Amino acid sequence: MTTPQHSAVQQPPGAVANGTPAIRFAGVLKTYQSHGEAVPAVKRMDLAIAQGEFFSLLGPSGCGKTTTMRMIAGFEEPTAGQVYLDGKDVTGVAPNKRDINMVFQSYALFPHLNTFQNVAFGLERKKVAKDEIKRRVAEILEIVSLTGMEKRAPREMSGGQQQRVALARALVNRPRALLLDEPLGALDLKLRQQMQVELKRIQREVGITFVYVTHDQGEALTMSDRIAVMNAGVIEQLGTPRQIYERPASRFVAGFIGTSNIVEGHVERAENGLALLSYTTQDRVVVPCGSACRPGDKIEVSVRPEKIDMHRGVPPVAATGGSVLSGVVNEVVYHGTSTNYTVATAAGADFTVFDQNASNAEDLADRGDRVFLTWAPQHSYMIGV
Amino acid sequence: MNRVKRQLAPYFLVLPGGLWLLLFFAIPMIAMLSLSLQQGDVVYGYRFTFHWQNYTDAIDGYHTQLIRSLIYAAVGTILLIALAFPVAYWIAFYGGRRKPTYLFLLLLPFFVSFVLRTISWRQILTDEGPVLHPLKQLGLVPDSYHLLGTPEAVIGGLVYNFLPFMVLPIYVALERIDPRVVEAARDLYANPALAFRKVILPLALPGVFAGVLMSFVPMASDYVNSEVLGSSSTTMIGQVIQSKYLVTSDYPTAAALSFILMAVLLIGIFAYARALGTEDVMKVAAR
Repeated sequence: MTTPQHSAVQQPPGAVANGTPAIRFAGVLKTYQSHGEAVPAVKRMDLAIAQGEFFSLLGPSGCGKTTTMRMIAGFEEPTAGQVYLDGKDVTGVAPNKRDINMVFQSYALFPHLNTFQNVAFGLERKKVAKDEIKRRVAEILEIVSLTGMEKRAPREMSGGQQQRVALARALVNRPRALLLDEPLGALDLKLRQQMQVELKRIQREVGITFVYVTHDQGEALTMSDRIAVMNAGVIEQLGTPRQIYERPASRFVAGFIGTSNIVEGHVERAENGLALLSYTTQDRVVVPCGSACRPGDKIEVSVRPEKIDMHRGVPPVAATGGSVLSGVVNEVVYHGTSTNYTVATAAGADFTVFDQNASNAEDLADRGDRVFLTWAPQHSYMIGV
Repeated sequence: MNRVKRQLAPYFLVLPGGLWLLLFFAIPMIAMLSLSLQQGDVVYGYRFTFHWQNYTDAIDGYHTQLIRSLIYAAVGTILLIALAFPVAYWIAFYGGRRKPTYLFLLLLPFFVSFVLRTISWRQILTDEGPVLHPLKQLGLVPDSYHLLGTPEAVIGGLVYNFLPFMVLPIYVALERIDPRVVEAARDLYANPALAFRKVILPLALPGVFAGVLMSFVPMASDYVNSEVLGSSSTTMIGQVIQSKYLVTSDYPTAAALSFILMAVLLIGIFAYARALGTEDVMKVAAR
């Protein structure tokens, strides 16, 4: 189990140390006209992405993450506010004049050009000398393991290979920042996981700022230095993967990142920085709240499924200091590495519990069994605090 | 039994089309070929005599009209590309949800018979028509100036009549271009003009190629536009063939001219296809 992080905002490696942010948004607003009405896609966003950072914009479709990225690239202009690259105001500057490259969703390779010509496209536009182009294309194809594929047309290559051509085509220009728009979405699971590791390695090797747009929380958590979780045009939370997973700032983030059990209740007592919510004589939730809550307050408490212990019969004595909820098992789903239980609790909410299939093959409980769920106070938190 | 059936199925499927081709293409072609080598006259009938002289006579007599037809078709094709590309481009990239409407509007005039439409162009272009009359009244063009009967009128008629045959294939090619590919070019430091030249144009060329095939061939053998909008100095080869068949009943010369026209067009098209019809052309264009 992980220890709780009570420290304030953690900075990613090199986040502030390097001075000017690679990308900065100042009060950026973007609205679209739809049936004569202005529909906001991005609402008053302030954002600073550090040099060399692997930064993810994570959110469901329609949350404004792609619009945000397209404003960095210059394909969309903000309705209000400024975009800065390396401290320079680039608002209104055409995409071809921004020192930024993009890896498009479904790659957008030039179908009439082979691998070499695709990768060389940007350098040719920049009027780089012919042998310099040859050298740099060869070098980048080596990095993405595509040496020998120079003459292949895009349609003669697999999805994974096309993906790497797209990456090489952008990286070969040594941009100030690389934007990636759901670049792994079209690949199958195995290849996707491989490419995640690969992308991270390439980013370390070239040291370029990566801005990664995805709706896949797993992808964002494994690769990013920092993540901005977006919803309805607003950044709901910005932080390291650990901060976002362990301490979601809103109910939306808690629900969107991984699985969360959320239980509501009124504070009965608040002492020693802990709040007590009780439902019956034996069902109670204990949650750290600092000085943020008073008796009578209505609060939401979140706890991750893997932090919960499940017992049949009577809860063990050791758990008496923490939360205890009784309930009935509704569903048992075997997942190989773990078994997932759905429990209807006395607090009213259905809880999900993950149990690692560590040693014995025996399931903890069957459908219809009465069980007790227990967890330590530090494994739960109040949402929005 | 089943296996035999399965193996025969493709042949059964091709049977109707094959019969059609045999009846309405192969047999008439052979009949025409035989006709082009016959000798005689309408009154006493024609006899097959391997009279190859029909061909040399036809070339001697009508090479002017043949070459004129090819020139008109070539000029018409170039004008068509210049006219059709912007239209197709606009519909494909700026048509939005109304694309089908614009395509329909483009095709709308073609629900009227093309002979009728060409005849109405005659009304428009005549000296007393709505174009020349006011211009002459204002003294902007001399009284001796005519539009009808000129090569310009004939080529104009051809271009007008074959516009959709150029717009549609180019539109289809442009429509298939992923807008993100164009954005990728812009992202890779190409300004809008370069993105057009390096990406959109090469990807649209197969459409232009198809459009040229679909318009050049029928324009070269067209006989209506010159008949209605032209004069004796604009006579095209299609008119000659038509009048040989239907007016003077000189079937062998008409058949020989048809074969000559077909041969010229086929050779031209094969040369054109070899030079421009493959993917190489896109690669060349992208340089």
